[in-house]
Amino acid sequence: MFKIFKYSTYDLLRSRWSYVYFSFYLILGFVLLFLNSDVSKAVITIMNIIVILTPLIAIIFGVMYYYNTKEFTELLLAQPIKRSKILIGQYLGLSVSLSLSLIVGLGIPFAVYGLFMSMVIFDFFLLLVVGGFLNFIFVALAFIITLYNENRIKGFGYAILVWLLLAVVYDGVFMIILIIFKEYPLDTFSLVVTMLNPIDLSRILILLELDISVLLGYTGAVFKKFFGTGMGMLSSLTVMFVWLIIPILLMIRKFNKKDF
Amino acid sequence: MIEINNLNKKFGKLTVLENLDLKIKDGGVFAILGPNGSGKTTLIKCLLGMVIPNMGEISFDSKSILNNWEYRNNLNYLPQIANFPNNLTVSELIKMVKNLRPKDSDEAPLIKRFNLEPFLNKKLVSLSGGTKQKVNILLTFMFDSDLLILDEPTTGLDPISLISLKDLLREEQQKGKTILITTHIMSFVEEMADEIIFLLDGNIYFKGTNEELKKQTGIDNLEKSIAELISKQYV
Repeated sequence: MFKIFKYSTYDLLRSRWSYVYFSFYLILGFVLLFLNSDVSKAVITIMNIIVILTPLIAIIFGVMYYYNTKEFTELLLAQPIKRSKILIGQYLGLSVSLSLSLIVGLGIPFAVYGLFMSMVIFDFFLLLVVGGFLNFIFVALAFIITLYNENRIKGFGYAILVWLLLAVVYDGVFMIILIIFKEYPLDTFSLVVTMLNPIDLSRILILLELDISVLLGYTGAVFKKFFGTGMGMLSSLTVMFVWLIIPILLMIRKFNKKDF
Repeated sequence: MIEINNLNKKFGKLTVLENLDLKIKDGGVFAILGPNGSGKTTLIKCLLGMVIPNMGEISFDSKSILNNWEYRNNLNYLPQIANFPNNLTVSELIKMVKNLRPKDSDEAPLIKRFNLEPFLNKKLVSLSGGTKQKVNILLTFMFDSDLLILDEPTTGLDPISLISLKDLLREEQQKGKTILITTHIMSFVEEMADEIIFLLDGNIYFKGTNEELKKQTGIDNLEKSIAELISKQYV
């Protein structure tokens, strides 16, 4: 597993796309800091970008990577290696290199603008952790989609659909439900609904840490009231872990049964 | 020895292999033939553990291979389409595959035989189809295993490399290896194969030597005898 991880990371770190992705974050970081010149404000802006864009890029990269390495995976399957180890090696390779692009790409500009001397270093760190989580979750979702769909066009279609549902449509539907049922107590409902979506969950997680009540919104406020900041973060991190583990298990199960 | 009992494989509603029984003894070149869609690749992939059968038993050296992976250390597989990680160079790929198998390899003579020295430091993405196939062959033959499985090994090869491949196969054959080959090129079969396994509709339709096949069909030409076998499917 470790060998496959090593080689797929190596392969990815040398591909053009990793650099495009890395430069994107690098430029984004510098531009935001140049415009804001305030590290703590830039953290908030970056959060909005991370929770929306990281999932999209992870899921698209995941689908692309799987289809591109399909024949190579077949070559590996004919080697004396346990099936699940091949998958996990490739999965970690992709997720880790995407996360590295994110961490290094954003890390450099923030370090240059005096992150280490500012108060928001922990906020920034949490932002990267959340970004990493989103990478791992959405790469797993991408692999599940591709394992079920041999047809590339369909695979890409479903990937974009999943992202669209979780990043955009979900919030819309959630809002509509909140408005329609505003006469009823919706605290528990909104808590559960937020936990069912990793993107919403990440947003809440960061906002709880930043402690900006204006941006918290309804669910954030409920979260805060229900759990308090410390418990709220702990419980949302726990749910994040569940969000990570379930797709990974589903992915391994499908891979072990699949015909190549 | 490979022993396959009552093997069944369906993809959705499509039955590809049905109650297939096959015994392959140790040593010799076995050509697996059959019209398109007769289940050749599926059969090979079942043997490799890449396709999981719905029913049946496969054993290699009298050990079951289902849900097992250690046996693959004693077989080499040449896939039909060679596609490698694009950003690795040829020598890195060789190193990687060596690293993945707990077994000694001997790649230097093969690099020489297929004239691959100029490509060793080139990225795989920049290689032509034929060169990729040579790399593919190199990766397959650099390990010393008892069983070799070759899926369309001649694809994209120039005449000189084809001759090298045939020489290589003969050497392995003389060492007593078991070699399974699927191909559509009958002259290759006629030249190389000790035995022919002919698949039709997911089952073994004929198994025997060249001569036996010619005798059975009454035609003194392998290509035409095979065509005769295939045409029976449409009667």
